[in-house]
Amino acid sequence: MTVPHAAHAQNHQSSQDTGDFKTDLLGLVPFLRAFARSLCGSHEGADDLAQEALVKAWQSRDSFLPGTNLKAWLFTILRNQFYSDRRRAWRQAPWDQDAAEKIPGGGQDQGWSAELSDTARALRALTDEQREALILVGAGGFSYEDAAEICNCAVGTVKSRVARARKALIAILDGDEALPPSDRPPEGEAAREIMAQLDRLAPQDGPDAARRRRKESSG
Amino acid sequence: MSKDQNPNRDKARAIRARQRVIGRELRRIYDGVAQEPVPDEFLDLLRKIDAKDEPGKKSS
Repeated sequence: MTVPHAAHAQNHQSSQDTGDFKTDLLGLVPFLRAFARSLCGSHEGADDLAQEALVKAWQSRDSFLPGTNLKAWLFTILRNQFYSDRRRAWRQAPWDQDAAEKIPGGGQDQGWSAELSDTARALRALTDEQREALILVGAGGFSYEDAAEICNCAVGTVKSRVARARKALIAILDGDEALPPSDRPPEGEAAREIMAQLDRLAPQDGPDAARRRRKESSG
Repeated sequence: MSKDQNPNRDKARAIRARQRVIGRELRRIYDGVAQEPVPDEFLDLLRKIDAKDEPGKKSS
């Protein structure tokens, strides 16, 4: 006997009432923070990002269609904010790892991965695209369709990103030596090894190339 | 899909089991953040937004 999920029992009758809308936003803040943390890795950066997104959401509340998924809408805003902030940051200053490590909360290990569980650390070895897809679907409970909307890509793309992310996580967790160290981002040997693994698992250039490479490395 | 090679099937089963464990761990991490109390800044922010955006309450 199947029990229908209560997950989509959201009834936005008319969120015209700004008070209601605000209450809805407030209720979603915990999830917004969790998603922000997964995107940024850093604790403070994540909360700043979540706050920016909240302001943006409020300012563009008229563009929200009542009855549609507010959480997905909010996450979309957060994600767009994240990538545009990062593009701006890249334009303004070249990435300086040493400087980043001196900024409190700017290091890689505040917050999200402070858990230091193997999975949390292995997540950092994924590409941004794989990580966000996996988090949305695997942890956030979004459908592939909603995740596709949030990530602004096709449903099939989300599916393949999630599948690749899962494979990559398993491969990383099974080969302990390839785990990024807990106190700094992967670099040098470890990073090369991870990249090699990801490359084998999630080839950008088609399955044939992957098979070729696997043959080369095993023979 | 009629190939019933046991090694493959076992491997697939092992991978699925592995993925379930990873899935649980992902949710644990995510829920861990989601269950943190919402910092005051967020409440302040929403309160401030209010004051700025609704100078004269529009009520029906």
